[in-house]
Amino acid sequence: MSTIKNISRRTFVRSIGLASGGLILACNTSVFSDKEIKKNLVDFNPNLFVQLNSDGSLVLIASRSEMGNGVRTSLTSVIADEMEADWNKVIVKQATGDAKYGDQNTDGSRSIRYLYETMRKMGAMAKAMLIAAAAKKWQVSESECTAENHFIIHSSGKKLGFGDLVEIAKTLEVPTDITLKSPKDFKYIGKNLRSIDAEDYVKGKAVFGLDKRLPNMKFVAIARCPVTFGTVKSFEKYEALKIAGVEAVIEIPRVEKPFGALGGIAVIASNTWAAFKGKEALEIEWNFGDNKSYNSKAYMDEITANVHKQGKVAKDVGTINKAFKNAHKIVESTYQLPHLSHAPMEVPNAVAWVQGDSCEVWAPTQAPQTTRKEVIDYLKTSEEKVTINVTFLGGGFGRKSKPDYVVEAVMISKELNVPVQVVWTREDDIKHDYYHTVSAQYLKASLDKNGNVTGWLHRFALPSIVSTFSPGVDYAAGFEIASASNVPFDIKNMKIEVGKAPAMVRIGWLRSVINIPHGFSENVFADELAYAANLDPLEFRLNLIGKDRIEDTQNEIKYDTARLKKVLKIAAKNAEWGKQLPENHAYGLAVHYSFYSYVASVVEVSVINKKVKVHNVFTVIDCGTVVNKDTVKAQMEGSAIFGMSLAFYGKITAKDGAIEQSNYDNYKMIRIHEIPKVHVEIVESSEKPTGVGEPGVPVIAPAIVNAIFKATGKRYHNLPLSDYGLV
Amino acid sequence: MVTLRINGEKHTIDVAPDMPLLWAIRDIIGLTGTKYGCGKGLCGSCKVLLDNSPVQSCVIPVSAAIGKNILTIEGSSENLQLLQESWVELNVPQCGFCQPGQLIAATALLNKNENPTDKEIEEAMIGNICRCGTYQRIKKAIQKTVELKNQHS
Repeated sequence: MSTIKNISRRTFVRSIGLASGGLILACNTSVFSDKEIKKNLVDFNPNLFVQLNSDGSLVLIASRSEMGNGVRTSLTSVIADEMEADWNKVIVKQATGDAKYGDQNTDGSRSIRYLYETMRKMGAMAKAMLIAAAAKKWQVSESECTAENHFIIHSSGKKLGFGDLVEIAKTLEVPTDITLKSPKDFKYIGKNLRSIDAEDYVKGKAVFGLDKRLPNMKFVAIARCPVTFGTVKSFEKYEALKIAGVEAVIEIPRVEKPFGALGGIAVIASNTWAAFKGKEALEIEWNFGDNKSYNSKAYMDEITANVHKQGKVAKDVGTINKAFKNAHKIVESTYQLPHLSHAPMEVPNAVAWVQGDSCEVWAPTQAPQTTRKEVIDYLKTSEEKVTINVTFLGGGFGRKSKPDYVVEAVMISKELNVPVQVVWTREDDIKHDYYHTVSAQYLKASLDKNGNVTGWLHRFALPSIVSTFSPGVDYAAGFEIASASNVPFDIKNMKIEVGKAPAMVRIGWLRSVINIPHGFSENVFADELAYAANLDPLEFRLNLIGKDRIEDTQNEIKYDTARLKKVLKIAAKNAEWGKQLPENHAYGLAVHYSFYSYVASVVEVSVINKKVKVHNVFTVIDCGTVVNKDTVKAQMEGSAIFGMSLAFYGKITAKDGAIEQSNYDNYKMIRIHEIPKVHVEIVESSEKPTGVGEPGVPVIAPAIVNAIFKATGKRYHNLPLSDYGLV
Repeated sequence: MVTLRINGEKHTIDVAPDMPLLWAIRDIIGLTGTKYGCGKGLCGSCKVLLDNSPVQSCVIPVSAAIGKNILTIEGSSENLQLLQESWVELNVPQCGFCQPGQLIAATALLNKNENPTDKEIEEAMIGNICRCGTYQRIKKAIQKTVELKNQHS
């Protein structure tokens, strides 16, 4: 059993009796370091996660956003498990955006990684207090009492329900020593728990941002310049105002901040359709600005040229030139990947109601605190005057970390003094995203006569996410370099270089981020090397990862090569790697470490009449301790489809600065007739919990490309595969 | 004024006859279970049943729905309810946004085909996009519903 000791009660937790009669446990989730504790001592603000009512109902707070990640279920089930609560009595309440909850940014696949231990403590504390309450009531020793399924039970057999103990529990001191359960006694953690919101989802009752309604709320559509950061030169609103339901047309300026509004012409109407129609009826002349020169073909040529010459050296270990000179064989390849758009099923949207210097927002946001800060900054008001209510998110994938759409709603509500809902059309969403980067990569390696890789050069050029925050940055940043420079291969001579790539659109993070281009090039190139060395790709890859070791690098990216090899071996075993497959069928594999998790996939494709079909995906993940097995499984299933969508169809291009794609007809997604069977295995582990939402994505595209090579002998270096007529 | 019959209830509303049914349902009548996803009939999020046929309500004008029975996700029908139960049982939804449209499409399928093959399921569901990628479970939930119905008949 693990025990937490010496935690100052004042800084960590305290109980508050509420007029409602409930017991509320307050805690500070930021207790990750001494520094944090000290900071909070000065300005202590209790954070609420557990509220037990006298009827036994248990309200647990989810501080992270629900977007299909299952976080409302997983975080609260951890509390319930430690508390010995009955899951059927749990009601999950979504936290508003507030620093008191600690970091609420739901991205980076880190909700469980950051909050697992804290949520356990919240549950354990509540349990300890309920035991103390029962002991007090019965005048017995606490050691004679245990908690089980929403009851405290005495060794004599008598018992009291949690709800019956509220009155006493709320008068008690909060324990300073908390004992956590032994993992073998977990009731919910590590099991399969259904989403607590499943019923609401299937009945259409879950309230997404788009579903929020307020009395007298107006609906708004905004016309934005087709070219990123272009501005309005002039506009004519007469035709728009003629449309029934359109009530006003106003210009909103650009807010020049990373998550500021793009600016444009807003049409305010009594319903969404009138707003959309009004927007189409506008006549606008734009100042396109510098980004008008953005043409994807020319740009790709430019960044490709930049990786075919020396770049800025980011890592240089050993003597790469010597390795190349003494090579038995040299292999080199260039990879080109286009921009991607998030395209969550629910478009960006937000409801805002500004009243004086106060504002309340209802929005599907992955970043409620960031959103709050943007609203405070825009209104030049104070924190307590701004409330950010987090609705369900109809998908996020990183798009809804950027609250530009909330800022728009706030601007318009302030201007018109009414509650408004800003709704992006699907076209707005595809054409004005924070796009996943576009990239060119060049890899060169030397092999010795035994097929060992002796030298590895990886050069890449891609517009950095940092450009969104610091305009003018035109080289990849440290975190974008790390996933290439920490490639988990045991190679003595290694060089990483970055080439110039200015941003011509807003660049943002999209599910698995930099691991998409790097996971692709590293895995496809490793496959090419295996064939160049006349070795089986599985054997070659295990050898390339090398001996068991734990790599601890400067970028906090540590990895255990034994765990990496293990997921690959299990995936190969599950797929029966090496077995005879039907004619025109073949396997390909990929393995990648990201978000502190290890994932391998073996993919079976067939190529018939030059058309690719994916039949099976065998994915294995090691994400340390698992909170909800079914969620991990679901995320791996979904990641396979997300990875297939980008491999088959994902491509955003610009012409004269304007994005050419607009909707699901020309920015396609995988549909049900294209899906493979996805087989998932989760490695049993008691290591710390690591990422789940993203690490399943990067392996899919390279495994498909590797399988196509095996099936056809043709090597494809660029995505999407639709460009080759393969799908 | 037009009168729409949604889930057995009559709603008389004052809208232009060319307003897409989706917006009448969501913004005027206030049933928000039916979703906007693309506005072009490409993704299926807005599907409703119109006299038992699945239609993309974002491209169907209100005028085409007058005098017909409209079923939305909030409504009740035997197959819809059975499918909802299977959906929950197999924990199909991730973000959940597309699922009302998926369920309506599946209901339409089972209403006219009691024993759909894999291929028939794919054909019926091909118009519905799920960005989270829950298709495998959607397929299984439909198959499970069919199995349950066959056991009870």
